[in-house]
Amino acid sequence: MNKSRRDFLKKAGMTLLGASGARFVILGIADAEHLPDSGGSGVRRRWAIAIDTEKCASQGDCTACIDACNAEHNIPRIDNPEEEIKWIWKERAKAVFPHQLGNDSPRTLRDREIPVLCNHCENPPCVRVCPTQATWKRDDGIVMMDQHRCIGCRYCIVGCPYGARSFNFRDPRRAIDKLRSDYPTRTRGVVEKCTLCAERLAIGAQPACVEACEATCGAMVFGDLANPDSAIGRLVRTTLTMRRKPELGTEPKVHYKL
Amino acid sequence: MYDGAKIITGLAVFGAMVTLPAWYGWAGGSHGDAPELAPPAHGEHCVESVEFMRSSHMQLLNQWRDQAIRRGSRSYRSSSGETYKISLTGTCLDCHQAKAEFCDRCHNYMGVQPTCWNCHVEPTGVKP
Ligand code: SF4
Ligand code: SF4
Repeated sequence: MNKSRRDFLKKAGMTLLGASGARFVILGIADAEHLPDSGGSGVRRRWAIAIDTEKCASQGDCTACIDACNAEHNIPRIDNPEEEIKWIWKERAKAVFPHQLGNDSPRTLRDREIPVLCNHCENPPCVRVCPTQATWKRDDGIVMMDQHRCIGCRYCIVGCPYGARSFNFRDPRRAIDKLRSDYPTRTRGVVEKCTLCAERLAIGAQPACVEACEATCGAMVFGDLANPDSAIGRLVRTTLTMRRKPELGTEPKVHYKL
Repeated sequence: MYDGAKIITGLAVFGAMVTLPAWYGWAGGSHGDAPELAPPAHGEHCVESVEFMRSSHMQLLNQWRDQAIRRGSRSYRSSSGETYKISLTGTCLDCHQAKAEFCDRCHNYMGVQPTCWNCHVEPTGVKP
């Protein structure tokens, strides 16, 4: 009896050791396979956007950036605010910066409508909570979505402190004004958000919103924060810009000049 | 065993009937009315050999998907050394423009329903 118990324990121990070894090996391979994108060039980048809200406001009700994004990414137009899909949209400055702007702040500042979008946070809470890695941070800082993997659990929507994510409660394709075939739509049951136009960056273009804005007032600057000589690098280093809810430590990469 | 001969004969006939379509196919050397897909009008050859594409295009598409989205690298080097842009609508459908004539016929024949088209848009931009 004693002997067989010893044998059993020995074997169980060996099996456990073996299993943990195998797990280590398997995880090692999986990690190598899922190396996030470095942009291909090997240069470490940190893509970011800076928005001059005063310039933007000078254009009144301009929606050039929003329209460009909607057209670029087959974004459906759903008017019901509970089901609408938004990648970039305008919001009152008071709501965007609730801690910085109070009732005593200048009215022109408080009531300014400013563009908001996913901040491509350095520490993205949405990525931490996603159980499938359908959303993850690439090496170049873009917080990317893999629609193939999203299971629609919506943890990320709860995780994002900026409301930057939308859920497809219904088939979005029916609500798209002009369907373009070179960009996929989404399907019912997945979450979507701004991808900083990863598909355009891949061919050396700027994000669609920035390009459209340049053609109107040029309030948006896009570039690589890791490069201090880039236009955005200089701008952020020489001008006082603000980021949304800095107290949360998410380190947004969308900068606002109020 | 009572009526053993009858039971065995019955079973044999049943077996023959059930497997008849397979025998029929083998004997006739055909796969029923398997679709004959016409090669696209332009483009000299596919990214890989016809045999490979026939048997493994799904694996290749999955590889393309992961490479483009997860690793952000959007160019594919084929086994013959040519380079292609990784894009379902930009590369595949650039030649195979008629989804109904190409993808759908085989998929319907095989009884498979790939989910690609829930999101990816066919070139004609047809709404479902
Ligand atoms: S803004 Fe929201 S969705 Fe975008 S990276 Fe930050 S937490 Fe994620
Ligand atoms: S909804 Fe999709 S992206 Fe968001 S946490 Fe769930 S699986 Fe991840």
